[in-house]
Amino acid sequence: MTGLQRAGRWIGEHLVLAAGLLVLVYMFVPIAVVMLMSFNDNSKSRNVYAFRDFTWNNWANPCRPDGMCEAVVRSIEIGLLATLVATLLGSLAAFGLVRHNFAGRSIANTVIFLPMASPEIVMGSSLLALFVAGGFGGRLGFVTIFIAHVMFCLSFVIVTVKARLAGLDENLEQAAMDLYASEWTTFWRVTFPLVFPGIAAAALLSFSLSFDDFIITNLNAGQTVTFPMFVWGVAQRGIPMQVNVVGTVMFLISLFLVLGNMLVTRKRAAA
Amino acid sequence: MRRGRFTGYWLMLPAGLWLALFFVIPFYSLLATSLFDPEGSVLTGYDVSYRFANFTDALDQFWEPLVRSLWYAAVATAICLVLGYILAYAIAFKAGRWRTLLLVLVIAPFFTSFLVRTLSWKLILADDGFVVDTLQFLHVLGEDGRLLATPVAVIAGLVYNFLPFMVLPLYASLEKIDGRLIEAAGDLYASPSRGFLKVTLPLSKPGVVAGTLLTFIPAAGDYINASLLGSPNQRMVGNVIQNLFTSTGDYATAGALSVILMVIIVAMVMVYIRTAGTEDLV
Repeated sequence: MTGLQRAGRWIGEHLVLAAGLLVLVYMFVPIAVVMLMSFNDNSKSRNVYAFRDFTWNNWANPCRPDGMCEAVVRSIEIGLLATLVATLLGSLAAFGLVRHNFAGRSIANTVIFLPMASPEIVMGSSLLALFVAGGFGGRLGFVTIFIAHVMFCLSFVIVTVKARLAGLDENLEQAAMDLYASEWTTFWRVTFPLVFPGIAAAALLSFSLSFDDFIITNLNAGQTVTFPMFVWGVAQRGIPMQVNVVGTVMFLISLFLVLGNMLVTRKRAAA
Repeated sequence: MRRGRFTGYWLMLPAGLWLALFFVIPFYSLLATSLFDPEGSVLTGYDVSYRFANFTDALDQFWEPLVRSLWYAAVATAICLVLGYILAYAIAFKAGRWRTLLLVLVIAPFFTSFLVRTLSWKLILADDGFVVDTLQFLHVLGEDGRLLATPVAVIAGLVYNFLPFMVLPLYASLEKIDGRLIEAAGDLYASPSRGFLKVTLPLSKPGVVAGTLLTFIPAAGDYINASLLGSPNQRMVGNVIQNLFTSTGDYATAGALSVILMVIIVAMVMVYIRTAGTEDLV
């Protein structure tokens, strides 16, 4: 093989990887901008879309913008509550779907896929139509947002936990039973610890879906303001730079959690 | 396999009820809303008046944003497919032990606020920003050319926001491919590109179908990108529905438009799945 051929081959081998990494870099450009802007001092400028001066002020006073921190707290409350309920109901359903054979199982599987495949605007407007028809049109708020969030998180939880359960070797449970573990003990000592990373991943996904949702929330929120709705409200006037602080913190926390989850799973697999 | 014939039902029941009450039944409400007489109001109470003209009225008035939504979503999905395939392929076959880390990095941006990320695109594509300056310097863009408030910006935003939905299913199906099949193609003197077209690509079809659907459907209903990165000239159907519901209070037309969007999408999905031939998808 001549040097040229070898070079050609090397490029062929590595070009795909390089192109792939370039796409990945593209995905991080806006996040880098969010992080950068969180240190932007634009107090002397009207143009909120340019970097002026470096400052720590946005990080020192994250709650300066009126109503932003209240909105963040409200989003966290709704997110935690919706995650708790969706994870619980979704995990139960996933167990039912993977471990029990019952009539209508395939229909159930299809219905679960639908919310993930429906446009949010249609889901949001149909829920609003239901609430209005039920006479709740004037009482939209925390409860209706919570109901909506559990609804769209459920499918993601079921699919995530199902995938984990389906990959589980049933022989492990069989072995535990052979060693005279009761059904209950087997579940808590064998099955649950093995499924837990899947449930944790599902909960993480639920929380971030709930925290981030705008389209469905906006239709069903009434006067209640969540963090995405706050951002939307100020977007036309020019966003306060503290919004970027919240964005950066969210990114760092979730990256930390996802990496943590990955390491735990890997350690388990290695052990 | 387990005792208790009804355990499966009991486990399924709470989630099933929630989805029935707040996902399935609302569609009926939406359908009823779309048949209201638009002269009524939320406050005085609506009656289903079976006014089918709502549908033709809505189409007459808003066919433009509707067509635009489908068009933008299609272009964004095509670009996502190309970019997503490259990334998923690189992770599945070229990344070695860095696979998991790269996969985490694909979903990481997804965990940062959608709106905040989209707003930061506004900054990147801004008129005197680096990207516009560079494109003007290269004469790709004219002196007074701009990106913000153009279809390019909206589609760029859609591509960016929905790329992870394309990459993950593609990766899942590429990862399942037995590397020996590709080697076998090489042993039979297939060139790498021919091996890719005849072996890898067909085997990754379930991922292509799933990724296309998971990108196209939310993109067609999205209006955040059109609002933040576009101008009223790039208004998508989501903007119209949202506006009719929250500002105008014209529930009947909004409902009709929502139903029309859903029907179009379901029809397109069915045709697509039939031609792509992946019934074992769901």
